[in-house]
Amino acid sequence: MSDPQEQTTANKGPIRRFLDTPPDNVAKTVTVALGLCLVASMVVSAAAVSLRPLQEQNAALDKQVNIVQVAGLYEDGIDVAQAFTSFEPHVLELATGDFADGTEVEGQVLDPMTFDDRAAAADLTLSAPLTDDPASIRRQANYVTVYLLRNDDGSLDKVILPVYGYGLWSTLYGFIAVEEDGNTIYGLQFYEHAETPGLGAEVDNPRWKALWRDKKLRTDEGEGDLAITVAKVPPAAGREYFVDALSGATLTSRGVDNLVRFWMSDRGFEPFLERVRAGEI
Amino acid sequence: MAQTYRTMLVDPMVDNNPITLQVLGVCSALAVTSSLQVAAVMALAVTLVTGFSSMFISAIRSQIPSSIRIIVQMIIIASLVIVVDQVLKAYAYEISKTLSVFVGLIITNCIVMGRAEAFAMKNPPFASFVDGVGNGLGYGLILMLVGFIRELFGSGSLFGITILETVNNGGWYVPNGLLLLPPSAFFVIGLLIWGFRSWKPEQVEDREYRIQTVEAH
Repeated sequence: MSDPQEQTTANKGPIRRFLDTPPDNVAKTVTVALGLCLVASMVVSAAAVSLRPLQEQNAALDKQVNIVQVAGLYEDGIDVAQAFTSFEPHVLELATGDFADGTEVEGQVLDPMTFDDRAAAADLTLSAPLTDDPASIRRQANYVTVYLLRNDDGSLDKVILPVYGYGLWSTLYGFIAVEEDGNTIYGLQFYEHAETPGLGAEVDNPRWKALWRDKKLRTDEGEGDLAITVAKVPPAAGREYFVDALSGATLTSRGVDNLVRFWMSDRGFEPFLERVRAGEI
Repeated sequence: MAQTYRTMLVDPMVDNNPITLQVLGVCSALAVTSSLQVAAVMALAVTLVTGFSSMFISAIRSQIPSSIRIIVQMIIIASLVIVVDQVLKAYAYEISKTLSVFVGLIITNCIVMGRAEAFAMKNPPFASFVDGVGNGLGYGLILMLVGFIRELFGSGSLFGITILETVNNGGWYVPNGLLLLPPSAFFVIGLLIWGFRSWKPEQVEDREYRIQTVEAH
């Protein structure tokens, strides 16, 4: 006489049989793991894909807000899209410091309204790998978007330059606003990073950002060496080149120091800033 | 069932609070309580994740092989956290920037894993959901209390609305800068635990050692 329990097992469908298998069976362990991963990955990708348009819209608006803020034009409740129209975007060729608006590189027309800095830095034809890489960005784009702000009479007021580099946990993306003399910093502001809240994320603290106002990039009215630094002690060159590092965020501060010095060097915006100092822009 | 849903929901608020009694989830409680708005969003996110992860884990509890159960729990929790993170990025961009890594770190919040392992693996789905929500709210309650104290005395405002006009803005209140830094949450949580245990002495843990008096010769 067969065991009644065994008999009922034989009559059950495959799903029922699977559910009744003891969970510690090897085949079942593998099946459960695979099935769960499949379901979880579908849920995660569905959320990521369906919400992406909204997230991108938020990120684009946030970038505009930051450009307006770093130039000191931001007030609560202003129409950001309207304020953003006073900026003049240009695609800049870093190596020469010349505007490359509308030029064609490898079949791509560089339009300042649509040029995507992030995509360009990953595009093999528009970027080059770095061997000496203090900002830890691996590849540097040959072209970036810069924003000019002009006075009412058409003379240059400020240039807004994109900068980025690695901090402690994340790449910090931001803008640095430089005055028309091509040497005085008006402001520095990061719009995207994932540094530790309360420590490294204090790069967003208005009191720390205010330290950057009126600091000089180079000695001798811009003709000398690159002297700007974020450090714990003032350098020999003097206080006008010194931004006090964040307490409790040594590595983030070092990252900011590296990225600012990298982007302001000859490999960054110096060819362009030289033209700004000469009054050519 | 010995416990009613009501006690399951209310118990973790005071009598079995995950932060003050079990001392779990303190890391994020230090980091995200400098403003009430952020604390509220974090509390909501943790409550949703704890509730739903407990529910899903409980629903498949009889099918989870014990050899991979922790990984199975982690996958469910991690997926929910990613979904919450994506939703925040889409609908509350500013807050998601402030919370940054701490949304992702809900995955490692001991409260979520603790409820999955201690409760959801042995109880039916709805009870697990209520238990998860209860514990999330218990965590949230402490977060809000700490956030209230830190924001009010640290920046003179509540939910970003100025209550005590600070000196910097021409008022009279000199804000306590320490309260904006993470270590201050240690003091506030420590004081809260003290307060809770004075109010409910049964929460005081037994000593693990006894101080011996040694006779001097």
